[in-house]
Amino acid sequence: MNRRDFLKYSAKGIAGLTLPLSTIEIVSPGEIFADKGSGTRWVFLVDTYKCTGCGLCVKACKLENEVPYEANVTRTWVERYVLTKDGKVWADTPKGARDGFITNKIDLGEGRFQDIKNEDIQKAFFVPKLCNQCEYPPCVQVCPVGATYQAADGVVLVDRNWCIGCGYCIMACPYGVRFFHPVYKVAEKCNFCYHRINKGLKTACVQACPFGARMIGNIRDPEDPVSKVIRNGRVGVIKDEFGTMPQVYYIGLSREVV
Amino acid sequence: MKSHVLRPLFVVIFLLIAGLIVRHFLIPDGFGTHERGYMYGWHNKNDEQFWKNFPVKYKSSDYCNDCHNDKHSSIMRTPHAIIQCENCHGPALGHPDSPPKLPIDRSRAQCLRCHYPLPYPTSGRQKIKSVDPDEHNPGTECSSCHDPHNPDLEGIKS
Repeated sequence: MNRRDFLKYSAKGIAGLTLPLSTIEIVSPGEIFADKGSGTRWVFLVDTYKCTGCGLCVKACKLENEVPYEANVTRTWVERYVLTKDGKVWADTPKGARDGFITNKIDLGEGRFQDIKNEDIQKAFFVPKLCNQCEYPPCVQVCPVGATYQAADGVVLVDRNWCIGCGYCIMACPYGVRFFHPVYKVAEKCNFCYHRINKGLKTACVQACPFGARMIGNIRDPEDPVSKVIRNGRVGVIKDEFGTMPQVYYIGLSREVV
Repeated sequence: MKSHVLRPLFVVIFLLIAGLIVRHFLIPDGFGTHERGYMYGWHNKNDEQFWKNFPVKYKSSDYCNDCHNDKHSSIMRTPHAIIQCENCHGPALGHPDSPPKLPIDRSRAQCLRCHYPLPYPTSGRQKIKSVDPDEHNPGTECSSCHDPHNPDLEGIKS
């Protein structure tokens, strides 16, 4: 080995060693924005300060998307977080908040409830959840038959004719967004109301929200108000460390939210 | 070469061809890698149209305004202007042909979605006026006294 080769290999080796650091990446909406491959990339913005936990979004979603109303499954839901002064975190989402939160007791499941005194509350807030339409969706990767896929505009859809109901995708989703549709017996998920956004309408949940806590937009449109907030404002995403590049951005996200 | 050596080869070739023929008829035409590549985009292109054609059920208050202009313009002058008609009246798909009347959710639970007292300091909930449902006329429909289209106290029914 001559000196030139030695220097070449050393440089390559060091570059290779530093490579894994680039995989530890923080939220970079600019990357999605800059990739102007096609005209549209749907993204979602949630302002948790505005959410009041009324659950009208969940009701509208279930009726719009024909998700069985009484079954305990839903495409979108609202979580309540109550942090008490002793440092405990309480969270619940009874029926996915389909009927809102009309008790101050925290639903612990199995018919147990936790009473929290008003004066013990340090902070409390609501977090709406829905499919993140990840840039690198793990649910799509694991599908063995090509029944779930990402469309060119970033929305992940499920082919009801082709899904075999194996449930891999339900296990793969880090956000617990997917569920088994009780009627069609296939995987089901939020698709940003694909039928509505393609007709120029807002999603059912965005339209139903009285407080403007939910917004949908096209991040590749520089004039889109949602795109502007995501690129220029302070926003966060849930479970960034999974590297899926989720495309539901949150204003006022707290550390306790998972 | 002896035929008993070649025979398994013929069987394998036959099975391969038969498999390819069966595969050709079983897999729909739209299948391919498409825009997002093999890992994320392998699917039947025709299925995108299925989701685009899904029926729209929530028509928005602008649709209601076409016929119920009186109700729409009156609620727009109140704090309830931010609430979509269909949040209480249900999705308007097919209305007014079928169904001719939309069911109205007048339940106390519907009002309590926002007006139940939750003293959460860092949520928008705190700004909304609330009542304790156990003390404030329990068992009575809110709309028997309050007008949801004019929720201010001057709009109270006598």
